[in-house]
Amino acid sequence: MQEKLDSIKKEALDAVEAITEISVLEAWQVKYLGRSSAIMEVFKSLGTLSKEEKPAIGKAANIVKVALEAASEEKESQLKQERINQSLAGEKIDVTLPGRRTVSGGLHPTTQTLREIYRVFGDMGFQIYRSQEVETDQYNFQHLNFPPYHPARDMQDTFFVKSAEDRGDDPLMLRTHTSPGQIHAMLEHTSKYPDDPPPIRIILPGMCYRYEQITARSEIQFNQVEGLAVGKGIAFGDLKGTLSNFARRMFGQDAKTRFRASHFPFTEPSAEMDVGCFLCKGEGCSVCKGAGWLEILGCGMVHPTVLKNGGFDPEVYSGFAFGMGPERITMMRHHIEDIRNFWANDLRFLEQF
Amino acid sequence: MKVPISWLKEYVEISLPIEELAFKLTLAGLEVEEIRYVGLPMPEGKEQETKITGISWGPEEIVVGEVSEVLPHPDADRLVLCQLDDGKQQHTVLTGAPNLFPYKGKGPLDPPLKVVYAREGATIIDAYNETDPTATTTLKRKKIRGVESYSMACSEKELGISDEHEGIILLDQDAPTGMSLVEYMGDAVLDIAITPNIARAANILGVAREVAAITGAKLKYPEINPVMEGEPIKGRVSIDIKNPEDNPRFVLGLIENVEIKPSPYWAQLRLKLAGVRPIDALVDATNYTMLEIGEPLHAFDYDVLVDRAKGKPPVIITRRAKQGESLTTLDDVERKVDDFTVLVTDQAGPLSLAGVMGGAESEVQGKTKNVLLEGASWNYVNVRRTVSAQVLPSEAAYRFERGVHPEIAPIGVKRCLEWMRKWAGGTVAKGLVDEYPLPQVDTRVALTPADVERWLGISLSAKEIAELLTKLEFSVSIKGDQLDVTTPPHRLDIGEGIIGKADLMEEIARVYGYDKIPETNLADGLPLQVGNRDLELEEMVRDQLAGLGLQEIVTYRITSPEADRKALPPGAEEGREYLELANPISADKTVMRQELLASMLEVVEKNFRSKERIALFEIGPVFLPEDAELNISELPKLALCLYGSRSHPSWQGGEKKVMDYYDLKGIIESLLAGLHIEGVKYLPEAAPYFHPGKSARIDVGGNLLGYMGEVHPQVKQNYKLPDQPLPAAILDINALLERVDDLYDVEPVPDQPPVLEDLALVVDGDVPAQDVQALIQQTGGKTLRDVRLFDVYRGEQLGEGKKSLAYSLVYQHPEKTLTDKEVLAIRNKIVKRLEKEIGAKLRSW
Repeated sequence: MQEKLDSIKKEALDAVEAITEISVLEAWQVKYLGRSSAIMEVFKSLGTLSKEEKPAIGKAANIVKVALEAASEEKESQLKQERINQSLAGEKIDVTLPGRRTVSGGLHPTTQTLREIYRVFGDMGFQIYRSQEVETDQYNFQHLNFPPYHPARDMQDTFFVKSAEDRGDDPLMLRTHTSPGQIHAMLEHTSKYPDDPPPIRIILPGMCYRYEQITARSEIQFNQVEGLAVGKGIAFGDLKGTLSNFARRMFGQDAKTRFRASHFPFTEPSAEMDVGCFLCKGEGCSVCKGAGWLEILGCGMVHPTVLKNGGFDPEVYSGFAFGMGPERITMMRHHIEDIRNFWANDLRFLEQF
Repeated sequence: MKVPISWLKEYVEISLPIEELAFKLTLAGLEVEEIRYVGLPMPEGKEQETKITGISWGPEEIVVGEVSEVLPHPDADRLVLCQLDDGKQQHTVLTGAPNLFPYKGKGPLDPPLKVVYAREGATIIDAYNETDPTATTTLKRKKIRGVESYSMACSEKELGISDEHEGIILLDQDAPTGMSLVEYMGDAVLDIAITPNIARAANILGVAREVAAITGAKLKYPEINPVMEGEPIKGRVSIDIKNPEDNPRFVLGLIENVEIKPSPYWAQLRLKLAGVRPIDALVDATNYTMLEIGEPLHAFDYDVLVDRAKGKPPVIITRRAKQGESLTTLDDVERKVDDFTVLVTDQAGPLSLAGVMGGAESEVQGKTKNVLLEGASWNYVNVRRTVSAQVLPSEAAYRFERGVHPEIAPIGVKRCLEWMRKWAGGTVAKGLVDEYPLPQVDTRVALTPADVERWLGISLSAKEIAELLTKLEFSVSIKGDQLDVTTPPHRLDIGEGIIGKADLMEEIARVYGYDKIPETNLADGLPLQVGNRDLELEEMVRDQLAGLGLQEIVTYRITSPEADRKALPPGAEEGREYLELANPISADKTVMRQELLASMLEVVEKNFRSKERIALFEIGPVFLPEDAELNISELPKLALCLYGSRSHPSWQGGEKKVMDYYDLKGIIESLLAGLHIEGVKYLPEAAPYFHPGKSARIDVGGNLLGYMGEVHPQVKQNYKLPDQPLPAAILDINALLERVDDLYDVEPVPDQPPVLEDLALVVDGDVPAQDVQALIQQTGGKTLRDVRLFDVYRGEQLGEGKKSLAYSLVYQHPEKTLTDKEVLAIRNKIVKRLEKEIGAKLRSW
């Protein structure tokens, strides 16, 4: 019997050795380990053996079966590995071919810049306030301390809007800045809290209009973001601190700021904030025109007349205001030479943002 | 304001380099936009804070020369030879300057002509380079018409002074021959942007005053002490001011027996550098004084006035214009004037537009002998209104409409009379006629160090504050902690009370230095956190749409009715009214838009050649005209539009199919799902923009959200676009945002096995799929978890006008496994109901 087992084993192991295909191995498994294989026949015949023979033969037969199973497993894993090796060797793609483009959309560059401005001022507690684009002279100018015929109006050439009624010295117009929103916001606030109004901290984004020829440098419509902080004990130093913080968030932690005297009728004192050119780090480049500084925003302490027009007592309250152009900021950051790109909507421009 | 440094130095000592001075002025609010070098050595090397232009004159190469004789050229009529002494030796210099021709062949000149001589090797502006006016050239030895030439006498253009290139410069007689020209008259010009609040500095003395304050140098006032030796003016003219409010002060001086001739070269040069064209000694004297002191002046021909007064002493009257009055001004334009215009008149009628422009009849002319000189102060509002009504800006009006202090009027008249006497000869009549019915009261402001601390955040003592203000010539008295500040008699910009305090804060901060004020953070607690829900939701819509593959655009909100109506087929909304601009800048920008789609289709038109796939959206307002109550509505809208292929072209093909109605509908469905807006219906309804058979009203619970469809063929014809589907939509942002649900419920993920089954129905061709689906959904109830249309088919075998709609249904019970029997029961219910309500038949396969 042992001889028979040995020959079964030898035959099977010899046979498995030569196998190179999974399908052949499967046939081998049926032949040598299947229900009617020689080794299984040995197990079936165990019943016919004597009590003495049975354990020894059974044990020997089991050794053969385990050996065959091991050989089968080994072969199977060898064949699978060969197949993987084959596919690794044979299958190859050009990984440098371009990817399949997904259809992706995008936001207008101004929207993106506006959102950055919202976020930075939002972190400092500023809320966003919006108001209408068609304004009255009163809100666009008079309440902001531009009396009729004030020469500062020259700096803001205005589109007037026709009205069915004769409005005298309060004509309708397209707002020339988002500053009329300051008055709307202050009046809403002080009428809601007539006694001891809590502080205001807002930014006012939106489209503004100026009567100007459209050129690479000037547009008839442009966005502006104004800011306004009113409270008890707000000083010029707070304006400098807040806006320098903004500059560092917007243009990098090492951004330098410079405040120089300027004039806006609705602030006193007034200033322009320049930021050290963040493109050339002050070395001089085409964007800062060699000056090393970029004009970023106008600002100042809210004029007492404006506070009064907003319902605040200027003897008790003070505040600062500022205004900037998100298109201009976008232009500086991305070396855009021509402001007309913003409303021209050439997709080859817009899709770069 | 163009400020030649040489002129500025007459009134204040300047020890700083010019660039540093420019920088300090800029920080103090007098922004120097450019420094133009006219001779002085330009800074070299490192980048400057200010834009720098111009030319430096070589101190050795360019000098004052002396021409002793002008000889004819042997072979050329249009050239002459000058005998020129450059202080070292004699030269023969060739020139074609026509202003030397009168001296040609006149023998030795006495006195000789003083000219600018450029030696061999000198670098000057290349006057013949027409493309680059700043290009320079260096003088080299060469032969011109047989005569050796190595040097030249220069024109102003060649020295970068002006564009004048007709003749050479003829300097004043006292120019020292041989002196380096840069030493004699080298200059640099600061171009300062003057903001309205600083109009007091729109003159050289005013700028000098600012320089003195910020550098600590002392201001040197010009001496105003004219020689007046003529017969007194008193009794020879009188003044009658009708409205002192309009004309607080009016001053007259008289100079007799003048000679009209050019002013000296040095004065002409300064005028040119300051941007004013020299005319003759009289006109130049008025302009020079205005630039120097800030008082605009007007010169009348005194004899014309006497004639008009029939030989009697003229009476100068200032008053408002009468109805229908007119005047021919210096520019020979007859102007009808408005009732707000103030006129200077005599008894015979108008003489000039007060503070704006003189009249032609009484102007100083070549034959003028005697000059009556006016210096006045005018109400800025009248001047400004007149300037804008007459569209007549002038240097004088520029100053008057920003306010000129009345104290400056007599100073200006005296100063100008003296220049006239020096430059045009003549005798100045003794005294002035000076009417000052409304004396200016210089404002006084009370101030404390606490105010400065509250406003600026710096703590200064009363004494320190007083010192800062004194530098700007405020007079300050201190009592304890109280400062009593009086405005100096040259400025009108300091208000009263709290406004005056604010005005002084700016002055204190400017002189103290904005840069020295420390940065601090807001100490207030956080303000009310109210957010801005509308904007936040709008931004959410933007994000959704960008995520769905659309590009945001922003278009002009000012348009024309013609361009706006291009979104509509002809005949639609013909009578539409617009919010109109009263002063449009061009014919294509006259009204505020009402159709976002109009400009969006223009964007498609502009881009389709360069892009295979265009998917756009815009969020922004449209503007309705005034309603019956005169209210104007600005309604935020959302427009969407698709054009071209469904995906980008790729090396593997990509999907070339063009996008149609259903692509856009998919986007809108995703958008609304993303905003959790439920119960949306798409109802067939023709909106004018769209093909009537491919147009839907988008509705939520009976409220209109907007319209979508394929753009009407007649609308497409309004644009230059290929004939291709153009699905678009207009949604109302407010209606949309009202429906956004932040608190939507989320269903649990089911753990029971689903039963899947298909259901194909044959219905009439015009039954909307939306209704069929709604019926299935409704009948199936909660157990019918999902219904999805997967096929629409029309074919002969279905019968005429029929279509088949095939749905895949998912039945799933939240708590138990459904049996076949239960599913069948629901299915039968659905089929029966569909049969009954819309005549649907199960499709047999």
